[in-house]
Amino acid sequence: MTDTTQAAAVSASPEKQLPKNHYLNAAHGIKSWLFTTDHKRIGLLYLGSITIFFFIGGAYASLIRLELLTPQGDLVQPDTYNRLFTMHGILMIFFFLLPSIPAVLGNFIIPLQIGAKDVAFPKLNLASWYMYVIGACFTLFALFKGGVDTGWTFYTPFSSTYSNSYVVAVAVGIFINGFSSIFTGINFIATIHRMRAPGMTWFRLPLFIWSHYATSLIMVLGTPVLAITLLLVGMERMFNFGFFDPALGGDPVLFQHLFWFYSHPAVYIMVLPSMGVVSEIIAAFSRKQVFGYKFVAFASIGIAVLGFLVWGHHMFVSSQSPYTGLIFSALSMMVAIPSAVKVFNWMATLYQGSIEYSTPMFYALGFIGLFTIGGLTGVMLGTMGLDVHVHDTYFVVAHFHYIMVGGAVFGYLGGIHYWWPKITGRLYSGFWSHLSALVIFLGFNLTFFPQFVLGYLGMPRRYHVYPEEFQVLNILSTAGASILAVGYAIPMVYFVLSLRKGEIAGPNPWGAVGLEWETTSPPPLHNFESMPVVDFEPYQYEEHEPVPKPYRYSRSEG
Amino acid sequence: MRLSFPLFPEQASTLASKVDSLYFFSLAISAFFSVLIALVIFAFFIKFRRRRAGEVGAPIHGSLMLELVWSIIPFIIAMSLFVWGAIVYFDIVTVPGNATEYFATGKQWMWKFQHPEGQREINVLHIPVGETIKLKMTSEDVIHSFYIPAFRVKQDVLPGRYTTIWFEATKPGTYHLFCAEYCGSEHSLMGGSVVVMEPDEYQAWLDDAGPVASPEEIGAALFDQYICSTCHETDDSGRGPSLHGIYGKEARLADGRTVMRDDDYLRESILRPATHIVNGYPQIMPTFQGQINEVGVLQLISYIKSLGDSETPAAAAGDEAVAASNSVGTEE
Repeated sequence: MTDTTQAAAVSASPEKQLPKNHYLNAAHGIKSWLFTTDHKRIGLLYLGSITIFFFIGGAYASLIRLELLTPQGDLVQPDTYNRLFTMHGILMIFFFLLPSIPAVLGNFIIPLQIGAKDVAFPKLNLASWYMYVIGACFTLFALFKGGVDTGWTFYTPFSSTYSNSYVVAVAVGIFINGFSSIFTGINFIATIHRMRAPGMTWFRLPLFIWSHYATSLIMVLGTPVLAITLLLVGMERMFNFGFFDPALGGDPVLFQHLFWFYSHPAVYIMVLPSMGVVSEIIAAFSRKQVFGYKFVAFASIGIAVLGFLVWGHHMFVSSQSPYTGLIFSALSMMVAIPSAVKVFNWMATLYQGSIEYSTPMFYALGFIGLFTIGGLTGVMLGTMGLDVHVHDTYFVVAHFHYIMVGGAVFGYLGGIHYWWPKITGRLYSGFWSHLSALVIFLGFNLTFFPQFVLGYLGMPRRYHVYPEEFQVLNILSTAGASILAVGYAIPMVYFVLSLRKGEIAGPNPWGAVGLEWETTSPPPLHNFESMPVVDFEPYQYEEHEPVPKPYRYSRSEG
Repeated sequence: MRLSFPLFPEQASTLASKVDSLYFFSLAISAFFSVLIALVIFAFFIKFRRRRAGEVGAPIHGSLMLELVWSIIPFIIAMSLFVWGAIVYFDIVTVPGNATEYFATGKQWMWKFQHPEGQREINVLHIPVGETIKLKMTSEDVIHSFYIPAFRVKQDVLPGRYTTIWFEATKPGTYHLFCAEYCGSEHSLMGGSVVVMEPDEYQAWLDDAGPVASPEEIGAALFDQYICSTCHETDDSGRGPSLHGIYGKEARLADGRTVMRDDDYLRESILRPATHIVNGYPQIMPTFQGQINEVGVLQLISYIKSLGDSETPAAAAGDEAVAASNSVGTEE
């Protein structure tokens, strides 16, 4: 294999140049970006913004891992450390992971995949990005003033009464940012219901669409609860309304119920879109229909619905009634079923496929492995008798990083690598992208696997100093984090180089099936030259010339 | 720096091996499925690699039978984990009837303990091996969590109410005590150790601490100090209800509700008397919030519990107890 992916060789022959007119050259200047209502440009605005927050959040993570190299608190003060892990969590969750796949790839790809010109409410779409930016400004203000030290969970009465940090500024930031989520969710639901091309029935939708439909339901139904909860914390903090602080007549456990009612489903906002990406990639690079399409589609909906009924598994030691705990534990076990169904269906898709070794495929398979470990350890945490010991230890930290990094981030990176040629019209370096995927996979496991052991040994999370016997495992974890950091830096280089020098991709560099591959790369301003008509099933791979003709929307015409 | 490190924590309580068996079982299942899935993916990845350009995968769409198999098997495994987990959990949260009661209060950033005999400690708790011990816990500020990894027990400690944790140590030694719920600046230093001793050593340790007043005795002194007896007389002739023999019994309130007079009820009635008014009595009691700290409230409750139906309290207040109460029972 040469320096570019082998797929490049397949498609490069007939056309060696970008299309004459596309969304990137349809208008120029800063205003054409700041006032755009094009879903593709808004996706790119989000891409730029969340990348900034990913690297700020990553810098916080690096400092955390450096501090934990030694058992003593010798790099930063305790108060600084508390701000480091709090800001790491808040930035990564609210300003990177939640918007990552939906706002970047969902925005860009959903209208293309269903054959629409744009999303249902283009102006609302732009408004959602502005909400994100305004929310981010409040959070950055707090960050420059010294940050917040409550943990991303804002447990009361610490956050509402005791903390001496910029809780209200960050709460306002997250509150405003919540509207960005809600707007995106409303837009996707309306778009998927109303904007499908003729012939694009519900069961012809790519699984990426199904997973975004499920995600959008959570965004619209869950986010308001978080907003209300943060509002109550702010009112207690500023005006001494007694909601949560017992000294004011409130109930501190009530906060945990409200917080996790949103924040557990929020995990599925992060991981469901990744599952959609993985379904797309595995189908495309096995050249095969996804095994058990309807089961995978309904598993997404099942996860979204069940996700709302399991929040109490975060509270087995909170003084919640043991009988309430029983119900939450049993329901949490149920979430494992649709998740397992997805994993097994992906595996079955590989069977008798025509598997191509490519960077997106590496990320997708990495996702399956890491998500499996994250999911199984999640079942362990849902097992009540076991959770008592590992609750609030590094076992939990390791578990949710396997879900959120091994799951959500791997899906996001896989998706970016898969659709990059569609977004930019160019290919990236095959060698460097393979290498960085490998480095990220190894670095990730070295960082987080030792934390499972640490957690079972009893090392609590959010600890700035720790007993000496935990040091070796912490050193392994920090070593892994430094490898991971290198792995994340490499794509920045080859993606930027690809923008200028990357080989021209052509409309369908992977030979994949789906409407988004039947228009030019980059797509024209209104996505398709004429209204596409769909008369083929999803992932309908047939023996044919490896290069599908551009603009061939309909199989029967072809 | 030590180069060797343990993979599993020490087992030092009766609960530890129960939790560990559950852990090893779920670990084995997790390892089995993780390895199986990884191997299958790897095998397919090699075996079904693309051999020529233009090749497509076999037209396989799915199989209801397989879907059922890989839904039902995980379901059975998950449910067996649920049941086993619930059994262990109820072992952890059900306090045996013969448990000896100790007090623990969490405060940014220290643990304060009081033994049933009255000895007080900070951040270190001495206990005898083989005895069932329960801690009645509360917090003076934010939420903390009492965690002893070697015992596999953890319980959040909340402001405004009591929570309970129990354990029976099986092995003498010194074990980590951690605060597991993030509580501010010095959270990672809010810990210490639990020292498990042979019963005779423990007795010697108690004796070394010298003669001290028990919680009931200090509570009795506080009862006098705050002149509670002005209203709460030994029978129901006072301006407030008598406190004799009320613990663990139900009371009818002025608003028609019936409540159990347990620890949380008594605590609430001392700190915020207006919350529950016993039927037939006027609301005239002042609040003691901010005047008596959580340790003092625990001692008062101990005293009230010790009051039998008779007119003679179980413990009499001595001068010594008054002196002790001045230093610990009231806000410093």
